[in-house]
Amino acid sequence: MSDNNEAPPPIPPDDDEDEFGVIKKFCYVNRKAPYGTVYALESLEMVLIAAAFDQDVSVVFMDDGVYQIKSDQAPEAAGMKNFSKTYRALEGYDVEKLYVSKESMEERGLTTDDFLVDVEVLDAAALSALLAEQEVVITS
Amino acid sequence: MAYEINGETYEADEEGYITDIGSWSEGLAGLIAEDEKIEMTDEHWEVVNFLREYYDEYQIAPAVRVLTKAVGKKFGKEKGNNKYLYSLFPYGPAKQACKIAGLPKPTGCI
Amino acid sequence: MSKLHTVNKSPFDRNSFDTCLTHAEDGSAVLLIEDGVYAAVAGGQTAARITEASARLKVYVLGPDLAARGMADDRVCAGVSVVDYGGFVDLAAEHDAVHSWL
Repeated sequence: MSDNNEAPPPIPPDDDEDEFGVIKKFCYVNRKAPYGTVYALESLEMVLIAAAFDQDVSVVFMDDGVYQIKSDQAPEAAGMKNFSKTYRALEGYDVEKLYVSKESMEERGLTTDDFLVDVEVLDAAALSALLAEQEVVITS
Repeated sequence: MAYEINGETYEADEEGYITDIGSWSEGLAGLIAEDEKIEMTDEHWEVVNFLREYYDEYQIAPAVRVLTKAVGKKFGKEKGNNKYLYSLFPYGPAKQACKIAGLPKPTGCI
Repeated sequence: MSKLHTVNKSPFDRNSFDTCLTHAEDGSAVLLIEDGVYAAVAGGQTAARITEASARLKVYVLGPDLAARGMADDRVCAGVSVVDYGGFVDLAAEHDAVHSWL
């Protein structure tokens, strides 16, 4: 509960670009299908937190991770939360660098039309180059 | 903790966020607002309803910065700023408005 | 003895799908559930193995688990039958034994 005996906190400025000072290149690499384990959901939460702290965030979907952004997911009937909708919120968090492994996508019979967000498709060499320039990489 | 309306109990966590988003109603929102010492006006409802729509679409409660930007986009620049939103919800629009809207605490909220 | 095999892991993540197909006796049934349903999607690397398997096994996939993952029924390989929860129960009842590949 808010402690209303004290005066409300000061209103933060709208322009908080410099609020957190150090900005690092964070890259979250997703390799697991969305519902079999909790990794996909946990990774997405980490992405949102890093974005809320104004970090420079990239998200990679490779191996079974490409299934995380498959369109038309409907897990509600199976009693699970449809967090695939949350990937569409990333744009509002200024997380716009989303990449998909070309090989992983093709091995699974998927095309870019299958994804619920706009992604850039990278082959293995391009993906390696992307990973090489990151400062913090978390693969799950 | 818990809220009570007409003998009906609604579970909430220790900070007052209801645990079952499905149990939300305008009546419950009014009660939570009362607890937060907030008198709900049309402007308050506008933000609360916006948050519920946002949650329905994205399945998360937005961070303050994201909420501010999205409110500005939908209702205009004069509402899409901290000054306006904090005037409605002095202890933080994300925290208080989300609580009243029956949403979980925003991800990335410190 | 008739047997129903169930596979619930992605064929790209674990080899339980492959191992199941290797050991499933001719004429038995294989039901893909949970992340196992990805094996049934056409156009990918598992399609050839599914086609090969469906010649000697009865291959099924659980529709609700496909739908949960955004895969429409028409994405499923030829030779694979989509079943609902009732169909799952029927399969379990029809066979003498169930072998779960977890």
